[in-house]
Amino acid sequence: MKILIKGGLVIDPANNLNEIMDIFIEGGRICRVAKNINHQADEVINAAGKMVIPGIIDMHVHLREPGREDKETVASGTKAGLKGGVTSILAMPNTQPVMDKPASIKLLKEIIQKTSQSHVFICGAITRERMGKELTKISTLKKLGVVAISDDGASVDAARLMLAALKEAKRNKMVVISHCEDKSLSGNGVMNLGAISTRLGLRGISRESEYKRVGRDIALAKKANASIHIAHVSCQESVELIAEAKKRKVKVTAETCPHYFTFTEEALLDYNTNFKINPPLRGKEDLEAIKNALKDGTLDVIASDHAPHTESEKDVEFEKAEFGTIGLETLFAASATALVHSGLMDWPDLIKKFTLNPARILGLDKGTLSVGSDADIAIIEPCKEWVLKKEDIISRSKNCAFVGTKFKGWVEYTICAGNIAYYAK
Amino acid sequence: MKDRVLILDKEAISRALMRLAHEVLEKNKGTQDLCLVGIRNRGASLAQRLNKCIEKIEARSVPVGILDITLYRDDLTLISAKPVVHKTEIDFDINDKIVVLVDDVLYTGRTIRAALDALIDLGRPRVIQLAVLIDRGHRELPIRPDFVGKNIPTAKDERVDVHLEEVDGVDEVLIVGKT
Amino acid sequence: MHWTKKDLLGLEYLSKEEIELILETAASFKEVSRRSIKKVPALRGQTVVNLFYEPSTRTRVSFEVAAKRLSADVINISAQESSVRKGETLIDTGRNIQALKADIIVIRHSASGAANILARNVEISVINAGDGWHEHPTQALLDIFTLKEKFGHIQGLKVSIVGDIAHSRVARSNIWGLNKLGASVTVCAPKMLIPPGIEEMAVKVTYDIEEALKDADAVNVLRMQFERDEQKAFPSQIDYFKHFGITQERLEKAKKDIIVMHPGPINRGVEISSEVADSLNSVILEQVTNGIAVRMAVLYLVSQTKERKDEDTD
Repeated sequence: MKILIKGGLVIDPANNLNEIMDIFIEGGRICRVAKNINHQADEVINAAGKMVIPGIIDMHVHLREPGREDKETVASGTKAGLKGGVTSILAMPNTQPVMDKPASIKLLKEIIQKTSQSHVFICGAITRERMGKELTKISTLKKLGVVAISDDGASVDAARLMLAALKEAKRNKMVVISHCEDKSLSGNGVMNLGAISTRLGLRGISRESEYKRVGRDIALAKKANASIHIAHVSCQESVELIAEAKKRKVKVTAETCPHYFTFTEEALLDYNTNFKINPPLRGKEDLEAIKNALKDGTLDVIASDHAPHTESEKDVEFEKAEFGTIGLETLFAASATALVHSGLMDWPDLIKKFTLNPARILGLDKGTLSVGSDADIAIIEPCKEWVLKKEDIISRSKNCAFVGTKFKGWVEYTICAGNIAYYAK
Repeated sequence: MKDRVLILDKEAISRALMRLAHEVLEKNKGTQDLCLVGIRNRGASLAQRLNKCIEKIEARSVPVGILDITLYRDDLTLISAKPVVHKTEIDFDINDKIVVLVDDVLYTGRTIRAALDALIDLGRPRVIQLAVLIDRGHRELPIRPDFVGKNIPTAKDERVDVHLEEVDGVDEVLIVGKT
Repeated sequence: MHWTKKDLLGLEYLSKEEIELILETAASFKEVSRRSIKKVPALRGQTVVNLFYEPSTRTRVSFEVAAKRLSADVINISAQESSVRKGETLIDTGRNIQALKADIIVIRHSASGAANILARNVEISVINAGDGWHEHPTQALLDIFTLKEKFGHIQGLKVSIVGDIAHSRVARSNIWGLNKLGASVTVCAPKMLIPPGIEEMAVKVTYDIEEALKDADAVNVLRMQFERDEQKAFPSQIDYFKHFGITQERLEKAKKDIIVMHPGPINRGVEISSEVADSLNSVILEQVTNGIAVRMAVLYLVSQTKERKDEDTD
């Protein structure tokens, strides 16, 4: 299929491109990026007034398959991603079975091959069953195509084990993605510890439980001289530790999620369980710190931490509800609204956070519009305003903190591997 | 502007009350075992005034209580303005007494029905009589007054407004017509 | 001032005027309880369901007496014997009660926010009879009602709340209510039992019982629940009594007519001495009596918010 995208503002941070250009796609690849291309095409998309960006890479997604297909599947999750301009997903390993052994990885690869609507990469587990007791065979996982390792949802408590994991990951040229949470501190907490948790009578999750683990893992990464990526950063102290480590040239990268720069703990005041997220929504000063860290580059990546749950797991007493919000469909719009339309960042800065940067961290040949690369592209109406309605969610689960949120920025087309995979109308 | 017709002025109200007092005393042969219970709000004021008239005639007063019937109304859910519950203030024993219930306007009879229920929950009077300033007809229950200040035939779409100094700052009875 | 809220979830959500309306209405209902026939027909034909997920004899009985004095039919459901044990969710249970055409659910639950979640998911009225550590609005209302009876006003009163503030819904509801009515509130407990950020609820914090009692017009003594102490945060009962117990000796240094309140049931010799509990300063039993009047008022007020036809009567 030949596609010609005409007259759009092409933004490709990898090539420092930010001008009005045409793009010609053939055979699933980008063939030409230039002004006034006049090739014959099967489909011509008029992108005048729109932005043309590399397909988004969401490096933190819970697809739930295999095991919890009632929440999400590879098919439904990738489809939801396409609606949000996401063409590449890193699938977190906390499935059933856990992505900790070849049989599981092979099973998932087969599902992806049969049902995926976009590119799905696999994150393997650091430890068997994510129990934090025994390392997985990281080199074997690597050979099967795993691009990173993480025990996401759990932190590796034993420092010696984490150090060993970092060393082994380095040997295999992979990044370790760390879910930073000291369970001995967060305990049975369900929201940020502070005045609001006191007011609501809910058990708190302290900031220490996050940043102390961030500090430890940075120290371990330095010792191993390995790459570490800190997942879902939520608080100011974590940001400060990461900034300081970067100054010391520790190989640390970090991500945050749109909910941490859109909402604060005050969103919980009426016990809406869609805002029950781990790590929890924090205070105003944290929200500001996260935004500034995105601007100054301390935080490299924006990912969704898409965490689907069924209604029966969310429509319960607050303390019984599962943690997490879905976010694939809103990743771009929420980021554009809070970071670009607010005047904080410009478009190339933002787009880097979910294209070039995650591609580099994961070592993927993705996230650019360079000639010859896979034709994964999103076409954006940058100023279109819209409100997320629950009935418009296409993910299998509807637990979304952003229901009712007003956005500015809208994905109109998503092209994946050279095909128009999504078109909004 | 709705039609407003003055039916009783200050003096007429006083005369009517004085006559009511005479009738109550005559029927009950004096003040022995007699007590007055006014229905909130204006019935309570009228009961106080009636007691003053009795005092003038007999040189002695009778116990006066206030009855709040909000909790006994059967038409509560029909009233758009949600009524505020006030206290019933009857600090004397009504058992075996002659209780004269006092209200401003007798209309459907539903208020009196509720008042009877409320009274009976407070004790067992020997007899309950009913005194009203205005009887405007249109009864929906088998209830009749023992003492009436003035009978005023009305249409259902008219309203009778009793204004008393204690509550409204002025003494008057008006018929307010349809627009 | 008229009542417009379907539910009573907490004092946080009420205005000063709404709290005052409840107190005034309760004063009228207190008169009913003094009669020989302690019953009015205000809620005749209505059904009140006491849905108790936590054992509580005292609050449940108080609501039951209140509802019965209003002529409502009362059904008690306790989690121990209900379908909850078979896995039914809170929302499903609520919707089933609604389908029975009940009018009011009175809910007690160990999870903070349970009443809020239930109220959003049913159309009938929900009254919070205590949710986790969050709120216990009728307890605070009866505490405030009792204070108002004693002092004639709440504005300007100094009230100290002593005990396990961190895990107390009674403390939180009292703080909201007393602050809205213009009292100043001090909380006093061992450091481990003062939750973070409590100052942002506009209270003074002290760890010294004598300071808490010094200028107080009233002290509300919370029940110490040593059996629920997960983190072993409490000192021993004996230590607690030594440092925080309300004793005659300590009261002698306080204002002469200081009022001593307790939501009950009291632990004699743990948070309060027997002598104080039975002293003239204690209003603990009056609180129980006032609890009925306050709960009658709340049941009555929420029952008046149902859809009604607009018709003219005399």
